Amino acid sequence: MMRLEKRPQASQGFAYATPLLAVAATFFFGGLLFAALGKDPVEAIATIFWQPLFGEFAFYYRPQLLVKGAPLVLIAVGLSLGFKAGIWNIGAEGQYIVGAICGAAVGLACYPAQSALIFPAMVLAGALGGWLWAMIPAVLKVRFGTNEILVSLMLVYVAEQLLASMSLGLLKNPEGYGFPGSRNLQQYPSAHNAELIAGTGMHWGVVAALIAVIFAYVLLARHRLGFAIRVTGEAPRAARFSGVRPVRLVLFCLGTSGALAGLAGLFEVAGPAGQISIDFNVGYGFTAIIVAFLGRLHPIGIVLAGLLMALTYIGGDIAQSQMGLPAAAIQVFQGMLLFFLLAFDLLTHFRLRLGRTEAV
Amino acid sequence: MDISVINPILLVAALMGAATPILLAATGELVVERAGVLNLGVEGMMIIGAICGFAVAVETGSPLTGFVAAAIGGAALSLVFAFLTQVTLANQVASGLALTLFGLGLSALLGQSYVGVKPPKFDDLDLGALGEIPVLGPILFSHDIVLYFALALVAAVWLVLRFTRFGLLLRAVGENHDAAHALGYKVVRLRVLAIMFGGACAGVGGAYISLVRVPQWTEGMTAGVGWIALALVVFASWKPWRVLLGAYLFGGITQLQLNLQGAGVAIPVEYLAMSPYLITILVLVILSADKSAAPASLGRSFHASN
Repeated sequence: MMRLEKRPQASQGFAYATPLLAVAATFFFGGLLFAALGKDPVEAIATIFWQPLFGEFAFYYRPQLLVKGAPLVLIAVGLSLGFKAGIWNIGAEGQYIVGAICGAAVGLACYPAQSALIFPAMVLAGALGGWLWAMIPAVLKVRFGTNEILVSLMLVYVAEQLLASMSLGLLKNPEGYGFPGSRNLQQYPSAHNAELIAGTGMHWGVVAALIAVIFAYVLLARHRLGFAIRVTGEAPRAARFSGVRPVRLVLFCLGTSGALAGLAGLFEVAGPAGQISIDFNVGYGFTAIIVAFLGRLHPIGIVLAGLLMALTYIGGDIAQSQMGLPAAAIQVFQGMLLFFLLAFDLLTHFRLRLGRTEAV
Repeated sequence: MDISVINPILLVAALMGAATPILLAATGELVVERAGVLNLGVEGMMIIGAICGFAVAVETGSPLTGFVAAAIGGAALSLVFAFLTQVTLANQVASGLALTLFGLGLSALLGQSYVGVKPPKFDDLDLGALGEIPVLGPILFSHDIVLYFALALVAAVWLVLRFTRFGLLLRAVGENHDAAHALGYKVVRLRVLAIMFGGACAGVGGAYISLVRVPQWTEGMTAGVGWIALALVVFASWKPWRVLLGAYLFGGITQLQLNLQGAGVAIPVEYLAMSPYLITILVLVILSADKSAAPASLGRSFHASN
């Protein structure tokens, strides 16, 4: 007989080990999945995880790691603050879209003027857009007790429709021969989020992500607000006795995560994506949820998890073109990772005991 | 713009169809939540049901077999959630989200070879003379069997929850799992059963979209219906008949905006397409004030050692 016994204290060792165990299990079962699809599992895994880093064309793929990782980390750091306190913003995808629309709109409104102030103004507008979009569930929760999970998610679908409307209407390129999509911001120097050091993939979004990570770390480790977030998540009643104001916490956590998601959207639209288009969003807002959990809701962990997830995106693309591995297989792979992580987390809080239960 | 092209009788008849996927998924989720489990994976189970049902219906040529397969597929996926939350005691919110993300990916993978395929036609029941009654005939008696099944399911869930010993047990587990456990009832077993029932219902609801409503397979075709179903359970204060009312309300809005799009109203299509989601939010706001109806143990993990 196997049974569970609750640990008096959560195991530190397992808290660090479970993400690794989950990754290992995902490699194994992901390999089985690839084999079931008729691909050589070892080759597939090597293509996804080895080639982008150390393969022949690694010089091309390595910068992509930062390009794809930055939005994931930026969003996930924001989400992790709320998740820690039991405030569930799962609509980051929508905040990402609205941030991109607002930021791009500011840039496009200034076209074709050139000024060093345009890009900073776009950054502000992007953050503000994401913040406002996240404030909808936040204010509704605070004022009416509405469930923030459902509202933030519904707003993703609204944002997607808004994106379609913008790229077909208001923000459409007047010189685009009727094709949907805005002007390309990459060709507008004042608004372009260009690489800071050529060939490294390092753009302002990466800088913002690093700053966000440092801020989150200091906030959680050293600041009173970070303490309030942690206490609320672990012991809500104790939090109330210690004077934590839940209303403020909801507004802060949702607002911050929204602003960061908006920033991620802005840096993407002004940089790698270049324009507002119908299929601008690729699901970073949802993948960031996996990143946040895989990084144990810890800023440093999130950086590592974000890079790993970025790797699956890049490697997935390579595997798709070289081996014909379907894009959806990577999505399944990412989903599996979260499953295993959640399952193995049991070991952090419980001990597995073999043998019969002693009579009490 | 010409609103007069919208025929009110056909609109009402069509809204019953539009409501059926939401109704099925929400009824299933209602049972799950009454047992004290919050499964946010409805969207994932629906999309898996949609592809399982579609694939099996295409392969066998029988839509009904497809619906059975969809129920099995949805229930199978829900077992993953049951394992995570009931055995490994994982956070229910996170596990539900994982289920949705995984379901969306898996369905896209399974459905690759079914894009653009036409499913076998699912005929409406032939109720003879009943279908020819003016006004009532097209509204009430010209639908397919799954639509009637969904209605029967609501009635059955209401009856079981309200009048049977099993329903009482289920509610007891949802209200206070410690007390139920102390009385010797199998909390985990009951909850796993409820989760599987919810999965099967969501699966059938998903298949109704891919086999009847659209009928076609495209990636991510459930487009948030699963989430609307979750909102609907809150809206309905966890009561079956109110789920029915809510589903028809949402079905009506969905159908009306589709008809308005067709009628060429001056509002851009994108803004019409937003309306079901915005109205869901609005309804949630209006009805969130009263949470007293929520099962007391909703979303809490249970382990005998605690």
